[in-house]
Amino acid sequence: MTGFVWYLTVFVLAAFVGFEVISKVPSILHTPLMSGSNAIHGIVLVGALVIMGEATGPAQVVLGFIAVFLATLNVVGGFVVTDRMLEMFRAKPDARPAPPERGGPPGPEAR
Amino acid sequence: MSAVTEVAASLPLSTWRSAIYLVAIVGFVIALKGLSSPKHARRGNLAGAAAALLAIAITFSAGSVTHSVRNLSLALVAMALGAVVAVPAARMVKMTAMPQMVAVFNGVGGGAAALVSVTELLHVHSTGTSPATYVVVEAVLGVLIGCVSFAGSAVAFAKLQELMATRPIVYAGQQPINAVVALGILVLALLGIVTGATGYVFGVLVLSLVLGVIFVLPIGGADVPVLISMLNSFTGLAVAASGFTLGNSLLIVAGTLVGASGMLLTRLMSKAMGRSLPNILFSAFGAVVTATATAEGLDGKAVKSSTPDDIGVLLAYARKVVIVPGYGLAVAQAQHVVKELADLLSARGVEVFYAIHPVAGRMPGHMNVLLAEANVPYDELKEMDEANPELPTADVALVVGANDTVNPAAVDTPGSPIYGMPIIHADQAQHIVFLKRSMRPGFAGIDNALLFDDKTVLLFGDAKDTLQKLVAAVAAV
Repeated sequence: MTGFVWYLTVFVLAAFVGFEVISKVPSILHTPLMSGSNAIHGIVLVGALVIMGEATGPAQVVLGFIAVFLATLNVVGGFVVTDRMLEMFRAKPDARPAPPERGGPPGPEAR
Repeated sequence: MSAVTEVAASLPLSTWRSAIYLVAIVGFVIALKGLSSPKHARRGNLAGAAAALLAIAITFSAGSVTHSVRNLSLALVAMALGAVVAVPAARMVKMTAMPQMVAVFNGVGGGAAALVSVTELLHVHSTGTSPATYVVVEAVLGVLIGCVSFAGSAVAFAKLQELMATRPIVYAGQQPINAVVALGILVLALLGIVTGATGYVFGVLVLSLVLGVIFVLPIGGADVPVLISMLNSFTGLAVAASGFTLGNSLLIVAGTLVGASGMLLTRLMSKAMGRSLPNILFSAFGAVVTATATAEGLDGKAVKSSTPDDIGVLLAYARKVVIVPGYGLAVAQAQHVVKELADLLSARGVEVFYAIHPVAGRMPGHMNVLLAEANVPYDELKEMDEANPELPTADVALVVGANDTVNPAAVDTPGSPIYGMPIIHADQAQHIVFLKRSMRPGFAGIDNALLFDDKTVLLFGDAKDTLQKLVAAVAAV
């Protein structure tokens, strides 16, 4: 139970940090922020790995397997999508004049 | 020095693992902080990815993860499958489909968190001990929030992908049914907590999936971005709850960071729409609109449409042109050609800038991402509050695929469901030019009286196509 109270302390403090860190994000970065924080909660993969490792019955194995799969989708997909969005913010317009049809990052949207 | 290494060597591996988790937590905070400026955002995201990679890698040092070769290999297979699916999906998704993609990745995260919680409970039972009450409480919370997020994200995805009606879906007895389901969850949760039996927790799981669906159905298309932001926050909390169940501080902190930041972002977004969060969630916004809007005096008036050549001349001889982009710009992939038009006009000495509504497109900042892709300079992107004072002196407001965000009903029609939402005051410009695919109303499903205004002309067609014709027309002037 002392463990629980300790975790509760961590939880409350982390909530304050979350508010503080985010309150300064300009609105133009809201989409990448949503996507980036979405990737961060993909860290649930760590929890999924733990339950998968200690799974005993077939039910636990199946549920664990699905959990690891879904969590991997979240963490990998989340960071890749966010990176793709942010890649576009990198280009400074004056640094290199871009022809209008210049493709973005690889992918079908670059047509 | 040797004393330090001795101490270090004497520490158990689990202590080292916790220390590395702490490093990862710092990485996540840096990641969120990096997103505060376009300059550091990408580095921030990479820091987050590195932190996640580090934490995942060190997790394999735990005996509980590796002791069963079969489980370990299954875990590796599941990870490989996940990566094989996620990377191409994330790489190839069109910029227009980003919001759906975020909804999907968010939903699966919620599902994973729910499964972690319930499986941990099963595991504790299978070891022959009965879990402490607070462990069951945490697991139930993780299952509940995770499943609502999973099912809600699935419906949000279907709405954004237009696999189903984007309008709010309402039916008789909706609120009572929702209340009954919520009550059922509460009862099952209490039974699960009191008896410690996992059967009840599975009941919570199923009913939470139902709740996720029926909770999202009445939320209209225009509000889906706010919804996704909220579900993102939910998933964070579900991950934190599963962290409590497992006694893992990394999951608690990372989940809570996302939960808190997501709540804040959700509030900012609903504020940008001039509405309260409960109003967005429970008012079935836009459901009853068609009847009122069509009855409301739009009859008898006809829209004026024009040709690209005429509009090209209008633009070329304007002094100030304000471009108001919306989702239609994204659909048509017209961000490059709109920049071409803007550059051409600037070269003629026309003052051009973009007026960005905070919820233009389907996610906040959606337009900024698209226009950044086309290398539009930041200083040409003006936020609503900055742009609105300029509009009365603008010669032309060029509305490219936007609708609800310029609908004056938000200002002058108290009965309208979008009444009170701040808008871009395109109606104050000397001329308003709408590029539209059809007369279909916007995502909110509301007719727009501005289309029928005397100052307004319409150019029908695909936005990219029309813009290309405008570019040719301006070049020919």
